[in-house]
This record gives sequence, C-alpha cells and structure tokens, in this order.
Amino acid sequence: MLDLSKYQSIGAALKDALDQFANEVCLIEADREREKERLTYRDFKERAHPLAKALQGGGFSAGDRASIIMTNQSKWLISAYAICFAGGVLVPLDYKLTPEEQWQLLRHSGASVLITEYPIWRQLSVSAGRPAAANVRSVLVTEAPANADLAGAQRWEEFRAAGEPVFVARKRADTACIVYSSGTGGRPKGCMMTHENYLEQCVALTSIYPFWPSVRYLSILPTNHAIDFMVGFFGPFICGAAVVHLRTLRPEYVREAFPKYKITYVSLVPLVLKNLQRDLQARFDALPPGKRKVFNVLVGINKALTKGRPRLGISRRLLKQVHEAFGGELRTIIVGGAFTEPQTLQFFYDIGIPVANGYGLTEAGTAITVNDLKPFRADTVGKPLPGMEVRIVNAAVDGVGEISVRSKTVMAGYLNEPELTAETVVDGWLMTGDLGRFDEAGHLQLTGRKKNMIVTEEGKNIYPEDIEAVFESLAVKEFCVFAANYIWPKRSMTGEKLVLVLHLEQGQQYGEELRREINARNNRLLNYKRIHGVVLLDEDFHRTASLKIKRNVLAERLAKLDSASAILEL
Amino acid sequence: MRTLEQTTQEVLDLAAKHFQLPAGTLAPEDDFFKKLGIDSLQTLEMLSRLENHFGIELPDYEVQGVSDFKTLAERIQSRL
Repeated sequence: MLDLSKYQSIGAALKDALDQFANEVCLIEADREREKERLTYRDFKERAHPLAKALQGGGFSAGDRASIIMTNQSKWLISAYAICFAGGVLVPLDYKLTPEEQWQLLRHSGASVLITEYPIWRQLSVSAGRPAAANVRSVLVTEAPANADLAGAQRWEEFRAAGEPVFVARKRADTACIVYSSGTGGRPKGCMMTHENYLEQCVALTSIYPFWPSVRYLSILPTNHAIDFMVGFFGPFICGAAVVHLRTLRPEYVREAFPKYKITYVSLVPLVLKNLQRDLQARFDALPPGKRKVFNVLVGINKALTKGRPRLGISRRLLKQVHEAFGGELRTIIVGGAFTEPQTLQFFYDIGIPVANGYGLTEAGTAITVNDLKPFRADTVGKPLPGMEVRIVNAAVDGVGEISVRSKTVMAGYLNEPELTAETVVDGWLMTGDLGRFDEAGHLQLTGRKKNMIVTEEGKNIYPEDIEAVFESLAVKEFCVFAANYIWPKRSMTGEKLVLVLHLEQGQQYGEELRREINARNNRLLNYKRIHGVVLLDEDFHRTASLKIKRNVLAERLAKLDSASAILEL
Repeated sequence: MRTLEQTTQEVLDLAAKHFQLPAGTLAPEDDFFKKLGIDSLQTLEMLSRLENHFGIELPDYEVQGVSDFKTLAERIQSRL
C-alpha cells in the first residue's frame, strides 16, 4: 500500500499506484458468463491517459467539474482517473435517478463535462430537463451502436488524443468530488469532499480491512455511492488489488462470480445480504436430516472457536462446502448504506463469514464506525475508526442522543448552501441527525433518527421534500410528506415509511377518486420512494412568513395522533 | 413472430407461475412491486426466468425504472 501521508491528492496517489503495480491485474469486467475485459494497471494507464489528454485538449482544467453517470464498469474508473489526473472535480451521479433528476443535479453541480453510457444518454438526450443544464458543454457516450444518433454527444471510445497529458496537482483542501447525498426535487445536498477526506478515510479503513495485490473486490454497490468509490476504486487501487465488475447483477451471476473470480471482499446493501441469507438458509433446510445434524454440529463448533475473533482457516475447513460456494477466498462481506438487522449479521458470522458492519454517511466521508471483529458484535455498529472523534450530544438518561463527528474526513460543506452547511457542521462537528449511544465497551448502538428522512434497505436516503413535487396541485387544501418515524419516533432503524399528510378542503371527503389520484401519482415515483399511507388532519398547517410549512410544528401536532389509527393504507 | 399482446400475456402467465399465483390474477397495467409485494432483487430473478422463456438477453439498464408488466412486455418485444 502506498504511504498516503505523502500525497496531496487522490490523483497523485493513483498516478503512482498505476506505475508501482503496473503488472498487477486491476480490473476484470464480466457480462453474464462472458469475461469482457481484464486490465493490468499498465493497461489502465494506457486507456486513461489519451482520455485525459483529450479532456485537456478541450480546455478542461484544474477545478473544472465532470460528471459520470454509468453503471459499474471499467470505463467508470478509467474516466474518473482521467478527470482526477487533469485536476478536475468529479461529480458521480446515481444512474438510477430519472433523467429529469439527473439534469437537475448536473445543473446544480456546474459540471461542464458529462460521461455516460449510451442507454442512459438515450433517455437523457430527449429529457425536458436538458435545456436547463446549459453548463454541460461536452458529453461523452460509451458503447453507442454504430448508427446511433448521439444527439450532440461524442463517442467515448473515439475521444482520445495522442501524447502525454500533463498531470495537474491539487492540494489536500481542494474539492475532489461533489457527492449528492439527496436533493432531487428539493434542496440538492452536494457534499463537497476534499482530497484530504478521501486520503484520510482510506488510511482509516485499510488499517482494519487491508487490501494487497491479489485481493479481488467484487463491486456491486453503485460506484457513485461513497462506499464503492472508496472500497471499490480508491482503496484497492492504492494497494495494487483488483476490482471485479459485473454488467448484469442478476442473483445467479453474482453467485457465480464468487467462485469464478475467487472474491476476497464484497460490499452489499442489507437487502442483498438478507436475500443471500434466505437463499443459504433454504439450502441448509433442504439438507437430509443426517447431514443437517452434522452441519449444525459443525456450525456449533465454529461458533465456539470464533467467539473471540474470526479464524478464517478453521471456518473454511469446518464448513468447507459453504466457503467453497463463495470461492474459498472470501474474507469479509462489507455491508453498508442502511441499517442491518443483528440476526442477519449473526447468521453469517456463525458460518464463518464475518460481516463488516458499520455506520457512516456521505457527509463524513463514508464510514464513521466499523466493527473491528475483536470480538464480533451483531448488536452494534462497532467502534469509531482511527481519527474519528464521535460524541453523543444532548444525551438523555439512557445515554441516547444525537451522534456528532469530528474528523479530517468530514466534508468541506454543501455546494452553494452556506446556511445548510452551518446548520450541519457546527464548530467542526458534523451533526448527523441520527440517534445512538455508546455502550461500556465503546461500541456505538444506533437507536433511531432525529431527522425527517428514511433509509431503505437498498441503502437509499429518501427525504420527504424530494418527493413532494409529484403531489403538487393535488385537489386538496394542502399537503406535506413526512417520515413516519419523525412524527412517531420508535427505537428502530428498519421498516421506515413515508406518509402523506392531507388537509382536505372544507366539506371534502377522502374518497375513492382522491385515493386513486394519489395512487397514480405515487406510482410515478421509483418504487423505493413511494409513500406508504395517508394521514388526514383537519386544520391549517402552520407556515412561515414566506409561506413555507413549519414541518417541526406540524410534526408535533401530528405526534398527538395515534399512529396505528391515523395512517390510512393506500 | 409474437404480437405484443401475446408477449404481454406470456409475461403475465410466467410471472403468476413464478410467484405461485392463480392464472389470470395479474393485469398488464399492474405495478409488479406493489401487486406481488416484491423487491428489486426478486424482480431480477423474475427477469432471468423471462429471458430463458423468450430466449433473449435483457440488459439490466433496459428494465431500469420499469414497474408495470405492460412496459416490461414492450421492452421484451423490442428484443424478439
């Protein structure tokens, strides 16, 4: 691993890594059973430099912003490196957003270059949101069919220039990436992450979960997500490890990838981890009674022998078939993006596959705490990573309060939002809006949320303000969307739901026609963003002088209602 | 060559069979996340089954944002 304390920017560290590990494999890309690409660090450099040169030839220079909207693949990382090499600021956007949402964030970010793949561009190019993002002057599209109408874009594969590009140095305090933690339809929260944020986070994470050449990381979480950007790109690259991309995320191909590519690490969201657990449990249940009994005994022995710490060698020998199904090299499953239920974590640990459970948020540069497995604890999100100061603010008698964090990994602020930044980062402490407490062993336990939002099992952060636009001009007097947990707090981080609060016109009834209209609009939202139910309130919403709803006042009023009877199913 | 109506009907029949529902339970306009109560992963499993049935490859991006059987059938039809 490179000594990151010597570096000022992620571009400089990656540049040296490409030379130091030139002969190691850095990327494998597969589509179903076909391996499409296998690149060494030398190959990677040979692909990225002509792109960086062409970007520079087009006037792209230090501090300019370039966005990537792509599914996980080698071209994502090649493009990101070329942008960093040229001193640019990377704006990674979620490919699952709608084209309108993507244009909105492209406009907000001020990106002058967009790099995307053809199927995404096909939708983006005809979207009504395009004219508003005039700042995007150059679009590069990958894998476009020969006769495709590129609608003003250029082919990524042909956008290259001869000669060596000039490496553009950046300082630690400069912005490296603008990462959107939310904000589609509402107030965009573009986290300005500095080079120092990434360099420090990488040092902290690799101190507990190291990479080295021959490690194979399976990249499934979207690379625009802070976790995959760190453990599926920057972390492995500065250690000479390899990243495996799958173009098809069907469960059967993901399962095949483990033994085929001898995967060492993988990051998953809780939804996928639970699905994997269900699959495995079904297979265990289907064992003939005799074999099942033997299996249970072996699991029992494994549990006893790994009580204090993971012992991979022993677990792999004891539960050989289970581990072989994962390729026999899997060291840890990293889980993130949302809260994971303790029984799922325990299930995997019991069969000798440790799950690195942690807690973090984009604003803090990914992870704040992580389970160091010394010993494994399923009931907590671990201890603070090296370099993280974590404290509980306004703690109640049971020790529960708001989690706040101070570290070199905390973002510089939200793009163009000084007030929001000042509310969120107070005297250098990031106020997370999450509630928790420390136990006597120094492990953090999450207990709920203070902020009005939900996180789905797929790791999606949903803010009510972001989805209200779809209900605009609904035939009611006024409405507001809330996270049910924000109104009726409960000591849980799972099963969070959104509700639509309606104040009907005088004499209006909540009838079938209105319900149908709400359903129709709800269905326009992506499935994980949809509201779960309706709450009726027969009184005016309190508003500010500028007529904005006072959400906290309204929430206090709604809290007096009984949630069980107040929420009407759609 | 199948018509879009035939493709749609086959998609509905296969989905019903995959999730063990009586035939005729599903309609083209149904939102499959809601109607079947499935998550995105279960949807991917259903897609694999549809691919095998129709003998096509349906890239993940083609079904991005699709949540009703009618649109799904249209995407399949375009690849037949």
